[in-house]
This record gives sequence, structure tokens and C-alpha cells, in this order.
Amino acid sequence: MAQVVRSPKVYDVCIIGSGAAGGTAAKVLTEGGLSVVMLEAGPPLNPEKDFKEHVWPYQLPHRGVGVGGEHRHELNDEFIAPNGAWEIEGEPYTSAPGSQFRWFRSRIVGGRTNHWGRIALRFAPVDFRARSTDGMGDDWPITYEEVSPYYDKVESYIGVFGTKENIPSAPDGIFLPPPPPRCTETMVKKACDKLNIHCVPSRMAILTKPLNGRAACHYCDQCGRGCITASNFSSSQVMIPPAQATGRFTLITGAMAREIVVGKAGKAEAVAYIDKATRSEKRVHARAFMVAASACESARLLLNSRSALFPDGLANSSGAVGRYLTDSVGSAAGGYFPQLEKMPPHNHDGVGGMHMYMPWWRYDRKNDFLRGYHIEFGGGRGMPGVGDFDRICEEQEGYGTSLKQYCRSRYGTYIGFGGRGEMIPNENSYCDIDPNTVDQWGIPVLRFHWQWSDNEIKMAKDMQETFRSIVETAGGKFISRAKPEGRRPYGIEDGGVIIHELGTARMGNNPKTSVLNKHCQAHDVNNVFVTDAAAFVTNPDKNPTLTIMALSWRASEYLLDQAKKGGL
Amino acid sequence: MTTKSISRRDILKTLTMGAMAGSVLRVIPAQAAEYAHHMVAAEKAATGAGAYAPKFFASQQYRTLQALCQAIIPADSDSGGAKEAGAPEFIDLLTSENPKYQLKLGGGMMWLDAECMDRYDKPYLDCAPKQQEEILDLIAYSKNAEKDPGLSQGVEFFAFLREMTADGFFTSEIGIKYLGYVGNTYLLSFPGCPPVPEV
Repeated sequence: MAQVVRSPKVYDVCIIGSGAAGGTAAKVLTEGGLSVVMLEAGPPLNPEKDFKEHVWPYQLPHRGVGVGGEHRHELNDEFIAPNGAWEIEGEPYTSAPGSQFRWFRSRIVGGRTNHWGRIALRFAPVDFRARSTDGMGDDWPITYEEVSPYYDKVESYIGVFGTKENIPSAPDGIFLPPPPPRCTETMVKKACDKLNIHCVPSRMAILTKPLNGRAACHYCDQCGRGCITASNFSSSQVMIPPAQATGRFTLITGAMAREIVVGKAGKAEAVAYIDKATRSEKRVHARAFMVAASACESARLLLNSRSALFPDGLANSSGAVGRYLTDSVGSAAGGYFPQLEKMPPHNHDGVGGMHMYMPWWRYDRKNDFLRGYHIEFGGGRGMPGVGDFDRICEEQEGYGTSLKQYCRSRYGTYIGFGGRGEMIPNENSYCDIDPNTVDQWGIPVLRFHWQWSDNEIKMAKDMQETFRSIVETAGGKFISRAKPEGRRPYGIEDGGVIIHELGTARMGNNPKTSVLNKHCQAHDVNNVFVTDAAAFVTNPDKNPTLTIMALSWRASEYLLDQAKKGGL
Repeated sequence: MTTKSISRRDILKTLTMGAMAGSVLRVIPAQAAEYAHHMVAAEKAATGAGAYAPKFFASQQYRTLQALCQAIIPADSDSGGAKEAGAPEFIDLLTSENPKYQLKLGGGMMWLDAECMDRYDKPYLDCAPKQQEEILDLIAYSKNAEKDPGLSQGVEFFAFLREMTADGFFTSEIGIKYLGYVGNTYLLSFPGCPPVPEV
């Protein structure tokens, strides 16, 4: 008996991933009239149940560090918004011998926008013209002027505070008013003024005024836990709801994309995904595809989408998928400031992150290294947490009332500094498919190859020297574990640790050396777009999320335009 | 009770709808948000009530742990000590789940009792206060291990217990109050830094 072949539902667009890139695309595409289906590998998010906003450490039996204290000194403690982790059980990744790389992933609606630092910096004009400026790396196929209107749209919609400063390395945006500085920030700002280092209000995606139906920040310093009032930006709370409101949006959670399936004509037709709940493979069909799974996860999906037409992976005729992988250069140090011992108890919380920061300030001269870095800093009288008194105990030793009083006198007197610098892509840093390992869904996993070059090491050295001069100028005692030698010279973090990994499907005008055109559209397959940070050509010293959203917004408008012309 | 739990659910639902699932993003009144925060906190706090039964340390050892915690951070005129702050419970819970801690703390505690037997013919808990002070003065400073390598295991154990005790104390309600942390609340605007000389 003949089987009844039902033609599957075909959506206009399938988006893979629900984070900064996917969420932005969902909003723009559905509001533009297209039907969209989104695949998210994690579960739905339920702020009421999932967020630990305003919970005290003593309200959790493990005080925030989890079973057996496993999250002591780790980013993903019990307070952080759910399902962001360095390691996911059953979904490994590997590092090639001699390489150190860490990969922070989120399996949840909203992805890493639930966990990010909310730092929202525009790239500068020079960041798009790297090769023309110093001969290294490549230029983008687009200019700042082409992206700027999309920065405007994103900032106006999500809300970013900041101030107009006219600093060439840090273009101004459309800003809400900034919160006033904390004591620690006032002190550091004075030192920076003496040293001629720019120290200005930071630019963060946190509302200091109500905007587009969201309440203003209530200054509890806990953005990383998730915000029940949605006063900070997350894709889950700010991008997905308006897409849902159109009635043209379908969200499939627990859906781990395995492969983009290509038809005989060489166009993508469907995504094959694992339905995690049933461990079965399913397909979803669409006319166009937006890969927005995060730079490395998107590269993995393309590389795993092999077919007779595309034996090296989809959109990979250039061989550039997985290549040009970069992360920010990170190095940290701190200071003890005796004058802070005199601070009376007061509310020092503020927004969840820094109120001030130091954009790159030496753009007008020749330095020991190419490109630049910015400085983030924070400290003072925050909510005490497990591990906060380790150093103080180590210093003071002993026991009894004197130890107890010493800890109190030192509370709130430390400020930490972190540099975030530009890495230039090199041929030793990339990811590929590990030939020997699959995850629990049977999908081959990524293998990372990583090497810093001298330019980044010199930058880390410069960061340490700058931190020292700021701390000492501010009247503090410099504290750093960084050493010039060893695996992490000058305290340079391992690859991936700053969680700004990008570049693995870069855009360009030449299909032989790039994966995407300037609209984030694959050179090889014109109904596939990659709109996350995989598309980036450079990794300047600016946190990538704002630019991810601007590029995804821009690519989505391009796709809408194509659809109107009948190009879907 | 019923009324209370319904109103709680309603508020939480309002927030969730507004923020997550609803077709319209709405402004959430400040009071509702604050109320909800407390509700969430209270709900989370409610799990895990009741008297604590040690999970790893046997009763004699647990009493030793309590005594050591209290010696590290004692009660004084300003606040209670590590014992009142629940540090021993916190340490015992984590130790019961972590083989490394079991080795460091479980083993360290045995080392301490054996050392006290050698020196005073009694386990730590039965020693006179002067004797307890004497042994703690020896293991509380790393320079003593440089002079007498026989103390190094004790010094290492005590350094770790000191950190864990500080963790347990300073993340407790009384410890946070003792430090003078002010915050974790709902502000309509952030006031910035109060005027202080040199800052």
C-alpha cells in the first residue's frame, strides 16, 4: 500500500540558537512579517523558578558553591542564571595536545545573554580596517558607517547607559544616563586622571530609566543571576517576547541541531536535529537558515553538515570554517587600598557590573604591540561570598578575635582590574572536528587548537604594568600572581576564558578566503546566513555582543528585503 | 495561608508573563517586584529547614570541628562566632560530598587528635584550654612548620579549615552583618559614594 507522503510545514526562516544573534533575528524577521522557527538546544527559561536574584548565600545550604564546593572560585556558581557552564555533561569538547582552551556554553533560551557582563561597546572605525591600518589580519567588507545605523537601532531598543566622550577608540552611542560612580570608581578615576588614562562611565545594557515596557534597574548588583524585572538585557526577556507577540514565531527547545540538510540544487532545505527529550532525530524545513548557535557551535554545525556537494562541510569551499579563531587577551591583577578601610557601611551595590571603565587610550602613538586594550575594574563592599577571604586568611594566619577583626578591616578594600585586548588571528588558533569523539547525541565534537602570539604576550605585560601604575597612583598596594614566564606569561588567560571567541566563519569579499559575504550570507549557499560572532573579521578590544546584535539586525533586514523581492 | 500563596503566585506570574511569555512587555510596579523578590527568597530559604545532623564527621569529631571553628572565629561583643553562624554545618556538608575535603579535613582532624594524644595524652576536645591554645598556636602559623617539619601537615590542615571557617562565617547572616555589608535590596536610584576624605 502506498504511503501517504505529507509535505512538511515549511517555515520562511529557521534560526538555530536563541542568544544575542538568534534573538535579534527572531524579533526583526517576525516583525517584518516572516514565519520563523527557532531551535534551542536547552530548555525554556522560567525566571520565577530559575533566577536566584536577591537570595543570600546563607539561604543556600552550599552557600553558592554547589555540591562538594565544586564551584568555589568558578564563574558558574549556584547564583548565576541557569545552564551556563564550562563543562556540559555528555557534550564534551577537546583540546589538541599542547593547546589550552576553555569553552563556556549555555544551553537555555537566551543562551549566553543570560550570563554576559552586559558590557555593550561599539567597535571603532579603525577596527573594521585592520589590515589597511597596520598590515596585519584583514579588513572587514563593511565599514563602521555601514554598521553604525544598526548600533543605533540596537541601543535604542535594548537600552544602554553611557556618556558622549568623543574618544576615537570608543565611538559614542545612543545612551541612557549612567549611574553615579561607586567609591572605588571615584578613587580609580582620580588616579587615571593623573596618569592621562581615559576613565569614563561604562556602557552597559542595563536600564537606568524605564524603556520599551521594561522597568528601570533597582541596583542590586546581581545581573549575572538573571533579572526578574528584565531591567538588563537578555535575549530571552527582551528579544524573544516581541517575536512571540507577532504570532509568527515557533520555538522548539531541547533541540540540538546536528546537520543542515542540502537539496539537489545546492540550497539548504532543512535542519536535522536531535530532540533531546526522546533522543530521536527530527527535521524542520525552511526557505532560509540563520545559524546563530555561537561562533564555535555554528562552525561545528557547518563542518558536520557534509554532503556530496559539500564534502568539507557546508559553506566551506574556502576551508575557512573554524579558522581565524580568536578570543580577547585577558590579564588581571588587583590592589589593596588602605584608605577604603575608613569607608562607613553604605550601599555599594549599583548595577551588576562596572559604572566606570577605561577605553583604550594610547591610540595616538606607537606602542610595543599592535592594536589596544580596555580595562574593566571592580571591587569594594559587595555581597560577601565563599572564597572572598582566602587571601586575607593566608596573609594574616592565626585565629581568634584578631583574625576576625582583621577580616572585617580588610573587607571592601580590594579592587580588581582586568584588561581586554585585541588578538590578531593566527594560523595556530582554530577549531576543527575531533575525529575520535562524539557527544551523547552522536554528533562529532569540536577540537580546539590554540596559541597566543608575541603581540598578545606583550599586551598582557603592558596590562600588568598599567594596573600597577594605577594601583600605586591611587595609593594602593599592587597584588598580582602574574609572572613573566610559564604557561601563562604575564597572567595571560587561556584561550576562551574571556568568552569572546569568534571569527570561525568570517565575512569577506573574496569567497576563496572567507565564508560569508558582507550580509552574513554564505558565499556557497545563498539561503544560509551565519549571524553570530563567527562572522567577525577582527576581535577588537570591545566585548562582541553589541556588534553581534547589530550585524544580526542588519543581516535580518537584508533577508527581509530579499524576501520582499521574492528571493526566498 | 491560601490567600497568601495565591497572591504570591499571581505576582510571580505577572512578572513572568510580562518578562517572558506575554505578548506585551509591561512596566512592572516597583513594589510588586520587591515583594516578589522576597517571596522567591523565602521560598528558597524554606527548603532545608530543621536541625542539622552531621553527614560526614562522627559525633566526637563534629564537636571537635565546632570547637575549632569557634576558636578560629569566636563570638565577641560585636557578634556571634563561627558556630552560631553555621560554619560547621556548611563545612560538614561540603566535606561529605568531596573526597578531597574528606582527606584534608577528616584526615587533618585525626592528625590533630593523634598529636594531642602524643603531647597531652588526650584527644583535642579533652585537653585543657591552655593545651588547646598551645597546639593551635603551633599549627596556626606557617613559620612554625619551617622550624619543625613535623607540624607541616597540621599547618596545612589548619590553613584550609581557616578558609572554610571564614567562608562559613562571612557568608552567614551574622557574618554579613558583622562586616557591615549593606545592600541586596531594591533602590529607586543609586546614591553613589558618601563623602569620605581620601576617597
